[in-house]
Amino acid sequence: MPKEICYHCGAECNNDKVIFDGKPFCCNGCKTVYEILNQNELSCYYDLDQSPGTIPTEIKGKYDYLDNEEIAEKIIEFNDGTTSVVNFFVPSIHCSSCIWVLENLDRLNKGVRTSIVNFPKKEARITFKNEEISLKQVVELMTSIGYEPNINLESAEKSKLKIDRTLIYQVAIAGFAFGNIMLLSFPGYFELDEFWLNRFKPFFHLLMFGFSIPVVTYSARDYFISAYKGLKHGILNIDVPISLGILVLFFRSSYEIFTHTGQGYFDSLSGLVFFLLLGKVFQQKTYSFLSFERDYKSYFPIAITRIDPKDNSHHSIAVHNIEQGDRLLIRNEEIVPVDGIMISGNALLDYSFVTGESLPVTKKSGDKIFAGGKQTNGAIEMEALQTVTQSYLTQLWSNDIFSKTTDKSIKSLTDRMSKYFTIIILAIALISGLYWFFIDKNTAFNVVTAVLIIACPCALALSAPFAFGNMLRIFGKNKFYLKNTDVIENISRIKTMVFDKTGTITTNKNTDISYEGEKLSASETEEVKSVLRSSNHPLSRILFEYLPGNSDKTITDFKEILGKGLQGKVGDHFIRLGSAGFLGMKDEKKLNTYIFIEMDGKVKGKYIFHNVYRKGLKELFKELSKNYRLAILSGDNAGEKETLEKILPPGSEILFNQKPEDKLNYIDHLQKEKEQVMMFGDGLNDAGALAQSNVGIAISENINVFSPACDGILDAGRFNDLPKFVKLSKQTITIIKISFILSFTYNLIGMYFAVSGNLSPIIAAILMPISSISVVTFVTLATNYISKRLLN
Amino acid sequence: MNIIFLLMSVSLIIALIFIVLFIKSVKNGQYDDLYTPSVRMLFDDEIVKENDKKDEKELINN
Repeated sequence: MPKEICYHCGAECNNDKVIFDGKPFCCNGCKTVYEILNQNELSCYYDLDQSPGTIPTEIKGKYDYLDNEEIAEKIIEFNDGTTSVVNFFVPSIHCSSCIWVLENLDRLNKGVRTSIVNFPKKEARITFKNEEISLKQVVELMTSIGYEPNINLESAEKSKLKIDRTLIYQVAIAGFAFGNIMLLSFPGYFELDEFWLNRFKPFFHLLMFGFSIPVVTYSARDYFISAYKGLKHGILNIDVPISLGILVLFFRSSYEIFTHTGQGYFDSLSGLVFFLLLGKVFQQKTYSFLSFERDYKSYFPIAITRIDPKDNSHHSIAVHNIEQGDRLLIRNEEIVPVDGIMISGNALLDYSFVTGESLPVTKKSGDKIFAGGKQTNGAIEMEALQTVTQSYLTQLWSNDIFSKTTDKSIKSLTDRMSKYFTIIILAIALISGLYWFFIDKNTAFNVVTAVLIIACPCALALSAPFAFGNMLRIFGKNKFYLKNTDVIENISRIKTMVFDKTGTITTNKNTDISYEGEKLSASETEEVKSVLRSSNHPLSRILFEYLPGNSDKTITDFKEILGKGLQGKVGDHFIRLGSAGFLGMKDEKKLNTYIFIEMDGKVKGKYIFHNVYRKGLKELFKELSKNYRLAILSGDNAGEKETLEKILPPGSEILFNQKPEDKLNYIDHLQKEKEQVMMFGDGLNDAGALAQSNVGIAISENINVFSPACDGILDAGRFNDLPKFVKLSKQTITIIKISFILSFTYNLIGMYFAVSGNLSPIIAAILMPISSISVVTFVTLATNYISKRLLN
Repeated sequence: MNIIFLLMSVSLIIALIFIVLFIKSVKNGQYDDLYTPSVRMLFDDEIVKENDKKDEKELINN
């Protein structure tokens, strides 16, 4: 029988489902929200989006602190005695129904006057009457319908970030001036000698001059500042020719109108500045779109285990869904994803990812623990103090400690080319200016300005970031989450691929487990399960799911020896689980993976894991072996040797009994032979090897194995798309090279026309931003096209 | 045709008023969020049921 989906939040309804009004709900919380919405005739909430709600959390007593005047004052934006305005950050806003419900909050409680949602920022600004409803009641109301605001008292102290709107003002003024100047210069285009036209010429010219002053002094300001700063440090950046061009145009035009020798070029000047700024706006919007996608919408496949306070059951949830007050279980070797408070267990946190200090920090129950630390001593429970800031985690990930340096990257090529570019442009401008000076002074001026304006190194500056940025976004959409753009470049250069066995090419689901040995009683099974709970090793996780019963017995003296086994004391028993070697047993002839159980020194039996390889593995390896050298490193025994030899092409290396250090050394050895290595692992026992390789990818099956040393995370379900991802990376580099060639050709043609005196400054002014926009568009469309072709 | 001076000056002043208003509205924060208004616009207004209830009450009383 198919599982029913909760009408409110869309989660699967299991045994404790509630039926109300003929509709299924996964829990009482969702049913209550539905009731509230229904009673207040807000049920069209459900029409806007299917199952749009989120599960509300327990709220009794949680917000009593908001009754305190001082604290409330920190959060409230405005209060004049009768009406208050408060701006909340509501992380659960995710769709149009959310906007609708929150903006109709006044229907749920008359004390709320208005509420306005800012969807991109996930904020809700609520105006309420102090006498009819208190701040605490507003928060409780929002929580009861599933939109709990995230109240962070510390950040409430910081001053509001001023949004930088200067660029908008600059564009507005430049555009305003441009339009008006064009209108004013229109009569002058005809070059007629008409009495009335001549009478008003000075007046019109003066107006044009007046309009261009704010353009040059305000709108174009940034270019001058940047050029000046660069020159101060002896660097010639691309803003130098642009600033020169603007200044030349301005002074020459002013000279012309004040000596009545001509009309000037104010239309070209303002047009140039306007189009340049438009290009900047376009660039800014795209960057912020890309980073918004990355921070808020892209797939970040890190899961965390949440403990349901009612029945102590464990649920694996994605990190986005962590809410304040959630009780989380952090296993051995897992990373703390949010700031929180320690509840139980022995916290021994390794903050080397955050601070670089590898000395672990001890924390007791009640202490505050910060996100980013890795737990190294058994399992702990903590209460989340806030929701996950994905941007913090991605920032952690991009930390300089983990960046891998490459010398021959696209970036260094760009830097070298741009250095020569400006010098060459200035030289050409000077030479052609001098040449024409002796022939026709007017043309000389046209030529110099046209040369300075038309030359655009936009491909250099723009194509690489846009291509990589877009590719990163597309990969993220396809569940291949990369750390940053350098990874794409590194992937395009690899020659060898190394795979870990357990958890990487074998799947953790559908594993066949059988038990041989002395039967364990129910309480003994629970004790074993309690020890297993603390470990994050794929085998421990599988066995934990497989064993029945609870796992809440207290463990003392927990120790996990990576790659070998676990041990811990539960009640009176001292339990050890692990490989035969770990337990000191003789190595039998094995064909499968075993976990042996030892209680109080006596081996009780063993669990036999029948390896299940991922579907399509053979075809995948066949495809990859066409272009790459393959190798498999396994921490297990050689029992799987024959199976693996059948899957891999002949000549590939298959090594067994590899400890984490062995894996690292193997990669290092390959690199010493000038091989570029890409390593795939589960992120746990191969953290060192992943860091050592040129590209280290962790295969995620909803497990919290976020290791900042890895360069990317690939969802296990998309494992078979691996050849496509690698191919796309290579093609991206090709696209960037093509865009360089395109831009170079464009510059050559433009230069030809400019130097031969055939290019008027205004045409140059229009063409320049068009060239940047066309390069960017080409790169974006090309990357979209190749990925659509391969991935869809 | 000297009227041109006056015409130009007046239209200039009007144009300047517009640019000033634009800058003021941007400063006010109107354009910070470009996405939510596009969604908000599409919400339906609820059919006001209050009048029906009031009519019903009157009928019962009379």
